[in-house]
Amino acid sequence: MAVLSTGQRLKSGVCTTEIMVITAPPEDLDLTCGGSPMTANGDESNAGLNPDFADGSTIGKRYVNADGKLEILCVKPGDGSLAIAGDKLKLKDSKKLPKTD
Amino acid sequence: MNIMMLLEMAASAFPTRKAFFDPTVDQDISYEELLHEARVKSQVLRESGTCRCVLLDTTNLGIPIALFSSAWAGIPYVPINYRLTFDEIDALLERVQPAFLITDSEREPRYHGRKALRVASRDEFRDSTPINANDDFHWSMEPDEVAVLLFTSGTTGIPKAAVMRQRHLCSYILGSVEFMSANEDEATLVSVPPYHIAGIGAILSSVYSGRRVIQMSQFDAEEWLQLVRDHNVTTAFVVPTMLARIVKALDGKSTAGLPNLQSIAYGGGKMPRSIVERALELFPDTEFTNAYGLTETSSTITVLGPDEHREALASKDVDVRRRLASVGTPLPGIELDIRDSDGNSLLDGSHGEVYVRGDQVSGEYEGRGSTLDSDGWFCTRDAGYIENGYLFLEGRSDDVIVRGGENLSPGEIEDVLLDHACVEDAAVVGIPSDEWGESVVAVVCLDGVVSPSELQDWVRNRMRSSRVPETIEFWEELPYNETGKLLRRVIRERLSP
Repeated sequence: MAVLSTGQRLKSGVCTTEIMVITAPPEDLDLTCGGSPMTANGDESNAGLNPDFADGSTIGKRYVNADGKLEILCVKPGDGSLAIAGDKLKLKDSKKLPKTD
Repeated sequence: MNIMMLLEMAASAFPTRKAFFDPTVDQDISYEELLHEARVKSQVLRESGTCRCVLLDTTNLGIPIALFSSAWAGIPYVPINYRLTFDEIDALLERVQPAFLITDSEREPRYHGRKALRVASRDEFRDSTPINANDDFHWSMEPDEVAVLLFTSGTTGIPKAAVMRQRHLCSYILGSVEFMSANEDEATLVSVPPYHIAGIGAILSSVYSGRRVIQMSQFDAEEWLQLVRDHNVTTAFVVPTMLARIVKALDGKSTAGLPNLQSIAYGGGKMPRSIVERALELFPDTEFTNAYGLTETSSTITVLGPDEHREALASKDVDVRRRLASVGTPLPGIELDIRDSDGNSLLDGSHGEVYVRGDQVSGEYEGRGSTLDSDGWFCTRDAGYIENGYLFLEGRSDDVIVRGGENLSPGEIEDVLLDHACVEDAAVVGIPSDEWGESVVAVVCLDGVVSPSELQDWVRNRMRSSRVPETIEFWEELPYNETGKLLRRVIRERLSP
């Protein structure tokens, strides 16, 4: 459990996933990937990849929690699913925009 | 947050894809090469002990390297307008040194021996390596670190240095560009100079989308058309003067014959409607996007997209047709508000000043701090109004003419003058008047024969009488700066000696 801050980078302990925090609420959150906690150094977890959290993460996609207060960016892809306290994060809908510059 | 992270993602997802191409030297650089160069040069910058990386040069492959290596080193990147006089440049350098200065080989000797500068020519910078390479050195993810200092064009006075922090630029890209959205065969032609916010935006958005950049160091309409043809360019951004020149270069042709050019985005100043309409004819297969943004807002904040262009052109509804003159609707994450001169919010359709709020909005100047109000709103100093969600601009609010207590928008009067077949270009300014406070004067460039009184009648038949210029002068050409901003200050000075 930790309070996440904008710009913070975290690594999975059970796969290659890495994320950056875009926005986070000012409260303790239990951010996991593949069922194990994400940490600054990606400390390896003995638990291994939990098959219930193994849908994978996609580079360049933004993920949000149910109330939309947490938004993170996947900067390296991996096999684990991103979740907060057991609830899988969802892909953020992005409106297709015309190229402007 | 750090723009380096955007490059790192690109280099891991499509390492060997070509990122930038400089046709003048026939050289390119891939994403993994760019990442490597950023690492090496960030250590060179750090070892120099300077606290800014100043770029005084035209576009070349060293530009993206300088931008990203500065972010890696944790020092602001400061591109300076190379068209300024030596004295003007010196005045800006004073404000940003001690600095690492990258410049062209002709200028380089001039800056040698200055105590507060470490000078490298473009080639010296490209060849430089650190004395003690340290591959453990990583960039900071601190969102408040300053990424770029950009001098505003200074059309109204001494240039201000706008401060763009890592979070502003990252928010802009993450909010408006889909990662890896470009195919490998897509290429964008970048002809805006490196010291323009659109030049910085182009580097970042192209890297994040994986779109190859064809660099153009000196805009020329014929050459622009040639580059589009030769390099299968699929997208391009132009400022109004560039599009006007492209349209002129195609004079007499029915189409440009460039079906591969999928989209043209334009912005950076007021675009005459006649130019847009002509461009839509000349590029029938090309989608047009109008983008409005400021240096202080990290580039684009509103967009009028291709569908809206087409819909407006085809519509019989006057209000929908008029949208061609708007700058569109705000990007996701951007809020707009129109306020009166006391800062009170106005209803839709009311004319006032444009305020903007969002994560990409910096609104901060070096030495002056943040100009955002307590709720995070930035006053653009652009005059305008919102109609059915679409933003219409009416010029800088400082340019609004106050005649006998009535506020007149120069842009509205200019549009009416430009609709006259003999008028090629027009500017309307207010000059001091004992009777009215300010009186309306028009300066017009002609393409045909018409008298001032005929033009006054033309305006009188279409607008309220207070808008009819009291004087109309004919000039050979109007003064613009090199990125297409009309210099009203210069016009006012020439009119009132």
